Parts: sequence; C-alpha cells; structure tokens
Amino acid sequence: MSFLELKDITKSYGTLNAVSDVTLSVEKGEFVSLLGPSGCGKTTTLQMIAGFVEPTSGTIRLDGRDITHAKANSRGLGIVFQSYALFPHMTVFDNVSFGLEMQRVPKSDRRPRVEEALELVHLAAYAGRYPRELSGGQRQRVALARAIVIRPPVLLLDEPLSNLDAKLREAMQFELRDIQRKVGTTTVMVTHDQAEAFSISDRVVVMESGRITQIDQPYRIYEHPETEFISRFVGKTNLLPGTVQAVNDRAATVSLGGVPVEIDAGALVRGDTVTLCIRPEKLRLTGTGLGRLPGRVAERYFLGSQWLYHIDGPLGTLMAVTPNDGSAPLDTGEPVGLDWTPSVVRVHRGRLAEAPDPTLEAH
Amino acid sequence: MSAAPARLPTPLILSAPAALLFGALILTPLVLTALLSFNEFEHATGRTHGFTVAHYAAVLSDSYYLEIFLRTFRVAALATAICVVIGVPEAYILSRMRNPWRSVFLLVVLAPLLVSVVVRAFGWSMLLGPEGPVNAVLMALGFGRMRLLYNEGTVIVALVHVMLPFMVIPVWTSLQKLDPAVEQAALSFGASRATAIVRVVAPQILPGILSGSLIVFGLSASAFAIPGLLGGRRLKMVATIVYDQYLSDLNWPMGAAVAVLLLAANLIVMLTYHRVVEGHYRRRLG
Ligand SMILES: Nc1ncnc2c1ncn2[C@@H]1O[C@H](COP(=O)(O)OP(=O)(O)OP(=O)(O)O)[C@@H](O)[C@H]1O
Ligand SMILES: [Mg+2]
Repeated sequence: MSFLELKDITKSYGTLNAVSDVTLSVEKGEFVSLLGPSGCGKTTTLQMIAGFVEPTSGTIRLDGRDITHAKANSRGLGIVFQSYALFPHMTVFDNVSFGLEMQRVPKSDRRPRVEEALELVHLAAYAGRYPRELSGGQRQRVALARAIVIRPPVLLLDEPLSNLDAKLREAMQFELRDIQRKVGTTTVMVTHDQAEAFSISDRVVVMESGRITQIDQPYRIYEHPETEFISRFVGKTNLLPGTVQAVNDRAATVSLGGVPVEIDAGALVRGDTVTLCIRPEKLRLTGTGLGRLPGRVAERYFLGSQWLYHIDGPLGTLMAVTPNDGSAPLDTGEPVGLDWTPSVVRVHRGRLAEAPDPTLEAH
Repeated sequence: MSAAPARLPTPLILSAPAALLFGALILTPLVLTALLSFNEFEHATGRTHGFTVAHYAAVLSDSYYLEIFLRTFRVAALATAICVVIGVPEAYILSRMRNPWRSVFLLVVLAPLLVSVVVRAFGWSMLLGPEGPVNAVLMALGFGRMRLLYNEGTVIVALVHVMLPFMVIPVWTSLQKLDPAVEQAALSFGASRATAIVRVVAPQILPGILSGSLIVFGLSASAFAIPGLLGGRRLKMVATIVYDQYLSDLNWPMGAAVAVLLLAANLIVMLTYHRVVEGHYRRRLG
C-alpha cells in the first residue's frame, strides 16, 4: 500500500467543484509535483491533505491510517503555505523554532537544528529579524526552513520557491531533492513552473480545472502528453488541426489545411479529425528547398542557450527552437526549410476549439 | 481656472471643517474649564474671580477626594480587565462563526449601543433593586433579600455591560485582518488550538486589545450616568462629584479643578499603558 493515498477526493464550494475525483498514490520517499494553471485546485488538494479543508467526499490515508477527518494538528506534516503564513510577531529564529518547541524538543537541541535549517536556506544572518523586515523571497525561505526543520514524514509545499531568483531557486531545488534523498521525506509540491516540476520530481501530476489529467514521470509528460491541454500547458508546442486522409500499415497521411503530412499510423482511421503536436525543438531548420515544408523566418527571439524562431509557412506560423551553438542566427525574412522525424509528432484526436496563436503559447 | 492648483493649500482646506468643529466643541470648553478652575470662589455671593490654585491644593491634599479618585480608577481598571476577559474571546468566537449567525450575533453585541445609557442603568437598578426579579429569585431560593445596588460591584457589572461593544469592535477588526493561514500554520506544527490562540493569535491582535482597553478605560473612568444611578449617593466617583460641585455646591471652580484633574490622570494612565503595551509590538507588527 502507498504511503499517502487520496481516493476519489472531491471538494465543492457551492456549485463549484474546486477538486473533482482526485485519486493519487504517493510512495514513501517519493517527490511528487502538482502542476496546473492558476485556480485548478492545487492548493485546495494540498489543504485537504494538510487537514485545513474538509473534503466533500473521498478518503485520504497516510501510512495506512485514515486521516480524512483527522485534526490538522494531529497529522504531523511539514507545510509551506502559498502565503507563507509566518508568525509576524516572532523573529525568524522563533518562527523556525516553533515547530520544534511543539514537538517538545529540548531547548539545547533546538538551537543547532534551527541554525542548520537557516543555513540551508541561506538565511543564517537573518535569525534575529522579524518577518516584516524581510524581502518576499527571504520570507519564503523562512517558511521553507520552518517546514523542514521538524523533519516531517511528509512535506507539503505550496509554491515554495515561486518568489526566488533563478539561481537561488535552483539551489533550493537541489536542497529539497537532497533532503528528500537523505531523510526519505515524502514530498508533495505544488507549482505552476513546469521546469521546476520536471527537474526535481519523480512524478508530475497535471491538473486541469479540479481534475487530474495525467500522472507520469516528467519525461513522459513532456514527450507523451495525454491531452492537447497538457501539450499546450507543458512547454511550448505547435498544434496543427487536420484530417486523416490515408492510412497504411506503417504511416498515415494527415491533411493539414490541404498540405499532406506523414505521421506514424497509430490506431487512426481515414476521416478522423486530429490535432498534431510538434515541439519546437523537434523541428529542424534546413536549407531552402529541403525538408518537408518551406517557410520564412517571421520573428526571432534570443533565449540565451537557444534561438526561438517563428516561421511562416503553408501551415501558418510555427515555432522552432535551435540551440545557440555560436553560429550566426537566421535573419528575419530569410527563407528556410522545415524538417522533422515522423516519430516525434504526437497525435490527439479531435479538433482544437480555435486555432492557437503561437505567440500566446509561450509559457 | 487660472490659479496654479499646486498652490492651493488643499489639505488645510479639507481639514478645516473638522478642525473648526473640534476647536469649537472640544478645545474651547476645555480651555474655559481649565481657566475657570483657577478662579477664586466666594461662598457667600457665588462670584468667581481672580486667580488661585487653592482648589487644586484642596483636592490633592484631601483624602476624601483621593479616595474617590482611587475608587474611580479601580472601577475603571476592573471594568476594563473584565471587558478584555469577556470581549476578546467573544470577538474571536464571533470571527469564527459563519454567516448568517455571525451577523446575528454581531448585532446582538452591538445592540446595547442603540439603547441610551440612562435607560440601561435604570434597567439594571430595576433588575437588582430590593423588589427586582433577582431578589425575588434569591428569596424564592431561600437566600433572603440582598442589597445588590449601590456598591462597586454593581457599578462594574453595569459598566462592563455598556462598554463591551467598545472592546469587541476593535478586537474583531484586528481579527479580520489576520491571515487564517497563520493560525493554521501553528496547528500544522502540532500546536493545540489553545496554544495556537495564546502564542499566535493573541499577540497579533494586541493592537486591537490595546485600543479597546483605552476606549473602555477612558469612558469608564469618566462615566457619569452609571455610577450616578447605580452607585447612589454614597458611592461617589469623580464624574459624580464634579456634578455635585457644579449643581449642588455651585462651586464651579472646584468642579472644574476636579474635572481637569480627572482628565490629566486619565491621560497619564492611558498614555503610560499605551507606551508599555505598544513597546512590545511596535517592531514586530509595525
Ligand atoms: N474557500 C473557497 N470558497 C470558494 N471557492 C474557493 C475557495 N477556495 C478556493 N476556491 C476556488 O477553488 C478553485 C481552486 O482553488 P485553488 O486555490 O486550489 O487553486 P490553485 O490551483 O492553488 O491556484 P493558484 O495556482 O492560483 O494558487 C478556484 O477556482 C477557487 O476560486
Ligand atoms: Mg494555490
């Protein structure tokens, strides 16, 4: 049996279902991220595990014990709140020490543990300050230190790193992963930053308007998104609506607005409406006249390690990403060819409600 | 529109009505009272003139007056303490209620404000009088008739009744400003509800408790109707002797001197309390 189990959890506020039928098993020592757009029910799910929101229906089990209706202060979880919820009248040191005090850790043992936790979040010098004397990111790190210092069996983190700069965020991600490895803490982290979810999670849970749409390893979520929503939400993607024109054993031909494109057959039949998803980094830019489609550079953006191009062509505007290998980038207006390997194309059944504007897909 | 708008003393103009009202209705009478308190008083003619500090000397050297001052502040302090003990939990429970109950109970808490203090004081005196229902119950239970009126306890009870809303409202306001997640955070660390309230909620609503206490103390120390009606002739408080000086003895300068002393003492007590309590939370809560 899994360590933390949510079974058919639903939470309704009046007619709104903030969370619907969420079923999730987290193994002991696993790092799971809840990923989804704003308002999809991530915080609500976490709060139900924490015991601050009563599920309308369903059960939650922790280590074999039914905790669905257990009091929040009997669950012994370490929580980082989205709003930090620091104790404003206590110093940073006292904030972090509070949990230990509640666990009746002797005073002499508390100090080194608090100092160690503050060291971990790079705040050792701030122990004597009050929360209102800290910056947003510093407060967030105090919240993190406060949760990990008690060495809880389960850590619930609600966007614990959202306010940190890229470098610090990476360092904290590393620390979180490290704690989880060393101490074996089971961690459930809420984030809407997919890069963060991918880089430190064992598994990612994608949520969409209160429901779980996919639970998988980060790599699988990215490469094999089960719905078109996920492929759009996770990373950038080109979505191309079309109709299956012909199918043989190995390949199918899809007509995209009159342009035929070959893909791996799968279980498609002639006449199916489909949407093709191609990740920008899987599109290769080739010389004019080569490749599968012709195009012309409409815009280019410098992303540091990569170049992002918007390429106008017969399928509309497509995004393509090439590594910044030091060579000169393409200029706007330059004609190019577009090529890809058929196996990288993901196929979703059904058509988009409306053709997506690639510039809005950037996440 | 030719004048440069930046030149207009807009803040002054906007605050002028309030300043005028304050000056006309509060400062002027206060200054006049203070001036009056230094006038000499002739018992024979009732005329007031000249300059003397004799009234202050008389009040400050007479143990009769000192006792009344002490009683007044004792009663006010006790009423304030009881208001804290009752009003703070009341506000907390109120803030935890859900609508519609919350609105209903908030109305119940505030309802006393809608009834005149005099009416409420009469209510208490009828309730506690020798023929009142409380005594009737006591008689029926075999305790015999008790003298419930005209003592400090009764005055304190009635003051608490009148002042409670002034404690509940500021505390309630500061509770509204709390992030509920902060209390939840305390619970998540295994704190009991009581510990969470004492260690986390109470310190944060200290400003509310402070302003509530100051209002209740100030109003209680200068209360007139309640001690006047429920304290009777024997149990005097400062406000009632001011009244006596003005209207029975017709010694206006003396009454003014007592009033000024009450104001001064009140200010000193309140400012001290404010400084002491505020010193504790200033840096933390800003
Ligand atoms: N107490 C409440 N009463 C009514 N509706 C609520 C309540 N709490 C949350 N909701 C609604 O439930 C939905 C899910 O909210 P939740 O806070 O779980 O979102 P979230 O995924 O954490 O979003 P974000 O990324 O913005 O933090 C939202 O539509 C929200 O408006
Ligand atoms: Mg949230």
